[in-house]
Amino acid sequence: MDNQTHVVIVYPHPDDESFGGAGIIKKFRQEGVPVTYLCGTLGEMGRNMGTPTFANRETLADIRKEELKDACEYLDIDYQYLGYRDKTIEFEKQEEVANHIKEVLETLQPSLVVTHYPEHGVHPDHNALGAATIEAVRLMDKADRPTVWASAITNDFEKVLGEPDIVYSIEDDFEYKLNAILKHKSQAEGMFEKMQDTSGEHQVFVDGLKNRLGKERFFTWKFED
Amino acid sequence: MKPIEKVKVQEMLDGFTDKPVYIHLETTNGAYASHFDNVGVNVGAYIRNAQVTFTNAVIKGDISYRVGLKTELGWIYAEGVTDWEIYRDKDLLLAGHDLEGRLMVALQISEQPFK
Repeated sequence: MDNQTHVVIVYPHPDDESFGGAGIIKKFRQEGVPVTYLCGTLGEMGRNMGTPTFANRETLADIRKEELKDACEYLDIDYQYLGYRDKTIEFEKQEEVANHIKEVLETLQPSLVVTHYPEHGVHPDHNALGAATIEAVRLMDKADRPTVWASAITNDFEKVLGEPDIVYSIEDDFEYKLNAILKHKSQAEGMFEKMQDTSGEHQVFVDGLKNRLGKERFFTWKFED
Repeated sequence: MKPIEKVKVQEMLDGFTDKPVYIHLETTNGAYASHFDNVGVNVGAYIRNAQVTFTNAVIKGDISYRVGLKTELGWIYAEGVTDWEIYRDKDLLLAGHDLEGRLMVALQISEQPFK
């Protein structure tokens, strides 16, 4: 986890960086390690339109661009878009996506790449972009390959994959992570409305979130060749 | 978007008949439906920028609406529509949202391709 020179996070949607990595991002930035988010799509096919709704199918892309800009300012990281369309990455030719990512990584020269664990990302874009990213690193010369951390978020991943070797807790500063997520207003407002609920449900909901998002867990990818 | 105003939507629909138009049609229960909501499977379909010409277009229902477009060779249909908006002065956006404001269905019509 230590001695990184540049961390690149490759996830498909604006807000995946905050849900999946706000904790490790904070850690790396505090250590002065540059972090770049490669965001696969604009999240333009998202179902959440704000609560109450303020986006529509046509305006959502620009709204989410602004939200990602805000989130990345808050997290103090750089970001770039890979230019794919939300919900379609798995239908692209994987080799093309992998070569594309490889080119970008060769420019950025990260020491660590963070992406989703293929088949354990729940969302098809997570699985496809995770697989393409791992393939991109595999295509590099062995000596040049950055370390890859893969995040698994399926309900049963521990049963299938065992315990992740990297576990970073942001539970003591969970507010920091929630604030990053909340920068994505169109996506997170509904969630946070539930948090304002004063009935007994409130604490149950916050505890549930903390339980689900308080620990950021990754598997160091093992390349076979 | 705002709640459906049936007469105004019908007027808009009439304006798109008998000429080539571009359609966005979509339905979804979300990419996380089976992960969080335990509904079994994720279901969705979408078509973006299919070019069609329809001979008549009708909105029916109350509270939630159905919209049917009769094309030269077949039909296009959306159910559960609750809201509408005129986008960029002349595109018709129709959508259905659930009680939490999440999109369930969308039907959009434009004389120009959507971006």
